[in-house]
Parts: sequence; structure tokens; C-alpha cells
Amino acid sequence: MPAPTAETATHGRNPELLARTLGWASLGLGIPQLLRPDAVDRAVGVGEGAKQRAVTTFVGMRELTHAAALLASSRPSKWVWTRVAGDAVDLATLGRALKNHDGKKLGRTIAATAAVAGITAIDFYTAVRGSRGKGATVQLTGSTTIRKDPKEVYEHWRSMDKLPEFMTHVDEVVVRDDRISHWKVSAPFGQTVEWDAEIGEDVPGEKLTWSSIGDADVKNAGTVIFTPAPGDQGTELHVFITYDVPGGKLAEALARFFGEDPHQQIDDDLRRFKQVMEVGEVMRSDGAPYGKKARKEFPQRPAHPMSDKESTEVAT
Amino acid sequence: MKALVWQAPNKVSVEKVPDPRILNSRDAIVKITSTAICGSDLHLLDGYVPTMQNGDIMGHEFMGEVVEVGPGVDTSKVKVGDRVIVPFPISCGSCTQCLRGLTSTCENSNPNAGIAEKMFGHPCGGIYGYSHLTGGYAGGQAEYARVVLADVNAFKVPDSLSDEQVLFLTDIFPTGFMGADMCDIQPSDVVAVWGAGPVGQFAADSARVLGAHEVIVIDKEPYRLQLAADAGHTTIDFDTNDVRSKLLELTGGRGPDKCIDAVGMEATHGSVPIDIYDKAKQHLRSETERPHALRQAITSCRSGGIVSVVGVYGGLLDKFPAGAWMNRALTLRTGQCHVHRYVPRLLEIIEQGKIDPTRIITHRLPLDDAPNGYAIFKAKQDNCEKVVLKP
Ligand SMILES: NC(=O)c1ccc[n+]([C@@H]2O[C@H](COP(=O)([O-])OP(=O)(O)OC[C@H]3O[C@@H](n4cnc5c(N)ncnc54)[C@H](O)[C@@H]3O)[C@@H](O)[C@H]2O)c1
Ligand SMILES: [Zn+2]
Ligand SMILES: [Zn+2]
Repeated sequence: MPAPTAETATHGRNPELLARTLGWASLGLGIPQLLRPDAVDRAVGVGEGAKQRAVTTFVGMRELTHAAALLASSRPSKWVWTRVAGDAVDLATLGRALKNHDGKKLGRTIAATAAVAGITAIDFYTAVRGSRGKGATVQLTGSTTIRKDPKEVYEHWRSMDKLPEFMTHVDEVVVRDDRISHWKVSAPFGQTVEWDAEIGEDVPGEKLTWSSIGDADVKNAGTVIFTPAPGDQGTELHVFITYDVPGGKLAEALARFFGEDPHQQIDDDLRRFKQVMEVGEVMRSDGAPYGKKARKEFPQRPAHPMSDKESTEVAT
Repeated sequence: MKALVWQAPNKVSVEKVPDPRILNSRDAIVKITSTAICGSDLHLLDGYVPTMQNGDIMGHEFMGEVVEVGPGVDTSKVKVGDRVIVPFPISCGSCTQCLRGLTSTCENSNPNAGIAEKMFGHPCGGIYGYSHLTGGYAGGQAEYARVVLADVNAFKVPDSLSDEQVLFLTDIFPTGFMGADMCDIQPSDVVAVWGAGPVGQFAADSARVLGAHEVIVIDKEPYRLQLAADAGHTTIDFDTNDVRSKLLELTGGRGPDKCIDAVGMEATHGSVPIDIYDKAKQHLRSETERPHALRQAITSCRSGGIVSVVGVYGGLLDKFPAGAWMNRALTLRTGQCHVHRYVPRLLEIIEQGKIDPTRIITHRLPLDDAPNGYAIFKAKQDNCEKVVLKP
């Protein structure tokens, strides 16, 4: 059973820490670019003018977005990939500036290009460290607090066949007997995987563990710990899930690139579980009508009512 | 049906869209009789709130008649035929935040909580017609709207009160009231309110009802200041006065005991060079907040006082006077309004005639004219204070 440790423990050095430092660097770069675009342009020697200013302002905006993202994200390393993409844009921009350069202050532009290239190298290193692991096992952790008593929260989870209601990838769980259930799960890139899972530890209202048995398509295991939350706030739920990714971390990184981030998905699964327990069902809006079928955050539908056709598509 | 949709920054238009439908079992559909344009809508119009998409229906101040309810709605609370107002934040009524009365931070009502969490560290609740960050809910500047968890989010209003008397219970009246409520007003307090827009007007009226010794309203639009003066408040025109000096003069050198920011992220500045500088930055779309009013409220507030912020901020803020805040023991309080908890109390205040919400309405327009309503409200043309739309 996976110990309740952070995912980073398996990665040797801590890429999260590095990513956070980059967040502050972005902030330092972004603010002068926003407030004094002309001065920044002068410093890198690309001349002044409306077009340069617009580009530099855009670069500044992006840096600020990254700063906010890196600082706010609980797992910043995934955001580093947006920086790598951003760095590539900077390099292209500076490259164009080099090509069309009028000769004045050429040295400064070259120096700026070298500096950005250096930043790209660090970003790339961090991103690779963040998404490449030694093994091919993914560990996910998530927690939420639900305003129901631990027994009730436990029982809902323990029934197993209610998990598909809020777990985005779990299409079906068929309960075979008191300990064995059969899972059908959709995997990235349109695949479906199946396995039998067996309950391990089962302490009503406190703890539940399960793991795949036999010839599972994807070997996996899960633990849920239910503890009373302070005061009258109900139950803290701590979930630990591990699974072997076919194709390893690279496949995970690729899936993430196409908008499927397993960390985000476990957070969203738990939010939906909380909605089911506290509100009675998964919340939908016109912009996000898909409930647990939502696969990525953007782009969304516009926030106006669905046509009959869209509505049937969402329902199926 | 027809609805006002956002298309791009500074571009809104009335379009035909499908009628709303029940998506969750506790939904209701409301036929809208009155709806309004809010200062918060201007932040969306101007493109300062991220995650707006082409086609989003705007509007979060609406009321009307319930025409359909989902199978899960508790009909002892709300049923077809009821005349209801709908608070702009969506509450689930069952999470810890909602039960504590902090309904705008509901933990369940935002289906896009993941997006909001990335922006804010923790998610905020759902809001109608207010970007995808707050849930991607269609808004109420339309002929019909879907009301979510209707048995918690639709409040029946008495027939003895007109639409115009109760419409602002959806947002700006409770928001202004909360601005004053967060000030813990004492009988000797002088309360200063930045902004004489609809929210500032209600904050000022509420401060008076909550027993403030004097209320000072600061703005630069003469007609808005006049409206505040007509309601009995002292006013300062920040275009022609140095606000801090004037406040010292009006408070015997103490400074206002409590300060309310009812301006938010798009404040303008009285000083010409700073205003030009800001307009240039705005032109380049290179800043998210212009917190002049907030900065001034903090530096003006009497030591040990409370700065209550109901003006909206969305991103990162520059040059926050942390030294003044910390060394002078100021308390900063803020939030999107927890409308639900104020509705019953404010209904009473309206019925008793202590505050007349209709005093701020200057324009009544058909829904088709909504884009024009946005234009005059934004440009402060034609003495526009508040636009009510009639679908
Ligand atoms: N917290 C909430 O729940 C909530 C709810 C509704 C509105 N709001 C926010 O409240 C704010 C005001 O809303 P409104 O409808 O009254 O908008 P509004 O745009 O009509 O009013 C803003 C007023 O502030 C004035 N102003 C600008 N710069 C100023 C400055 N430096 N000092 C003093 N006054 C200044 C403007 O002239 C204008 O009259 C907005 O930010 C809006 O988003 C918050
Ligand atoms: Zn509003
Ligand atoms: Zn709630």
C-alpha cells in the first residue's frame, strides 16, 4: 500500500521547490515588462515603437500569468511546461529581432537572447524532472472535507458501485461479492481498461483499502482514510491511489499535454464526491455541463443554454 | 429567447439563444421581469476578468416568476408561479461555508472550481453571468434564466413591493450593506465611502442605518455626488480636492474611523500625471488592477480602524501600502457579498421605508437596448447611475 507521502518523494530532488523559485523569477521579469515596456526594450536593444511595445507588453502579461500560476498551484511543476512554451516564443521573437536588426545595440539583443536561452534550459530541466520518474508508477493523493459523519461517507464509498457517479474515468464498477468488484475505466487516448479489485483493510468509518488482483490491464491500488474533521465540519477524507501507467511517465506527460492531468482529475473527483454527499448530485452549468465527463477545463461551451442537439450529446 | 451576450472586450450584443433548461434536479426556470446592469459587469465588459468567452450571457441581478421547477426542488420553499429575487452568488445551503453564512464562498456551487483554485489558491463559489472562473453559469440579462438549487437560491418577495423596490436585493443593496456591516459601526464613527456608484450609495445609506455619526462619500462625478448629498451624506469631489486633506479637515484631524472601498479594480486617479500614466497603461491592456481607491482608503483610515472592501479585485495588486496597514493596526475585510444572509433583514428595512432602493434608478430600458445601457453606464453619460432592463 502506498504510504501517504508526497509524489515528489519518488523523484529524488524536489522539482516542486525549483518550480516555485521560477515563479518568483517570473514575477521579477513580468512587472518591469508590464509597467515600463519601452525601458525593457531599450535594455535588450530592440528599439522602440508601437509594435515592439505591444510584443513586450504581451511578454510581460505572460510572465505575470506564469507567476500567478506557479505561485498558486499546489503542484507547480506542471506549469513549467507553459513556461517552456513561452520561452520558445521569446526566443522566436528575439530571433526575429536579430534577423531584422538595424545594427544598433546588436550586442544587447544577442545578450538578451542568450539570457532567455539560459532560462529555457532551466525550465526544460525542471519540466523533465517534474514529469519523468524512475518507475512507471503514478501516485496520486487528494483530500477533502465533507459535512457528513465518517460512517456515512465511508458507506457511500464502500458500496463501490457508486464511485462512477463522480470518478471521471471510472465508467462502471460491478460488485461481485463483499470483497471483489470489477472495474471498467477509460484510459487516455480512447482506450478502455478493466480489472478486478479486492478490498484489503476495511475498518468501517475509518479506513478502506483495495487493490487490483490477477491479470489487471493496469495494476493499481487505493486507500481512503476517514477522520473526523475539527468541530462540526464532518469528515476529512484522505485518498491515496497508485497505478502503473502503460507507457510510463512519458505517456502521462503526453496525456497532460492534451489536457488530462491526473492530479487535477483526482481533485475534481473529490470535489464531485463532496457535491454528491452534500448537495445530492454533481453540479452543472451551461459553460461546464458535462459533470464527471469533463475532460479538460478549456475551451468550455459558452455560458448560454444548450440547443436540443447539444443537450442530447451531453446526456449520452 | 433573447439575451445580452459578451462577444469580446467592449463588445456586447443582444442575440437569440436557446431557452434555458433544467440541468440539475433542483433547478428552476425563471421568466425574468426585471434585471439590471452592475458595476461588476463593467469589469467584464472591459475585459479585466479572465475566462470570459464569446457567447456568455451576462447579468447577475435578476428577478421574475418561476415557470418550471426540477423534480428535486423542495416546493415548500419555491414553486411555479412564485415571484422571486435571485442572489448573484450561488449557495448550496449545505456546505460549512454556506451554513456559516459565507454563501459567496460556497464549496459546492462552482463546477469550475479547478480553474478558480489556480487563480486564487482556493476556489470561490459560483456566480451567474460572471465568467467561467465562477462556474460558467448563464446570466440573467435575458428573457429567462436557470436558477440553480432553487430552493436555496430563489427568495419569494411580497406582492406589496414593486420589482424596483426589491430587484437590488439580488446584489448591490446587500453588497453596500455588507460593506457597512463589516465596519462594526459605532455611534461615534465617521465612515468614508469611496465611490458614489450604486454600491457606494447603498454602503452610505447602510452606514447611516447602522448608526454612523457621519457618512462621507467620495467620487468625481458631480451628479453621483449630488445623489449622495440628496440622501443626506457629506461629499468630496476627488477631482477638485485633495482627498486626504479634506478628510482630515472633516474629522478634526483624526481621519475616518471606518473606510469602505466601493470602487474596485478600475479606479481613476485625481492627479493628472498619474491619470495619464494609467490611461496609457490601460490602453496597452498591461495592468489588471488600478487600486487607487484602496490605497487611499488605507492611507486615510484612522489608526486601528477598519477598511472594508466591496469593490471587486481580480488579479495581482501593485504598491499595496502594507506599511500603513501594519504599523497603524488597520483591519482589512472583504468579500463578494454573502447576499443570502442579508435578504430577510433588508426586506424589512425596505418595508419599514428606512432605505428606498429606487432612489438610484436613472434609466429603465427594454432588453434590446442593453448594449446602449452598458455604454451610457460605463461612460457616465446622461447622468446614468443605474440601468434597469425590462425583458
Ligand atoms: N463585493 C461584491 O459582492 C460586489 C457586488 C457588486 C459590485 N461590486 C463592485 O463594487 C464596485 C462598484 O460597483 P458599482 O456598481 O457601484 O460601479 P460603478 O462603476 O457605477 O461605480 C464606481 C464609482 O467609483 C468612482 N471612482 C472611480 N475611481 C475612484 C476613486 N479613485 N475614488 C473614488 N471614487 C472613484 C467612479 O466615478 C464611479 O462612480 C465595482 O468594483 C463592482 O464590481 C462588488
Ligand atoms: Zn453586481
Ligand atoms: Zn455551499
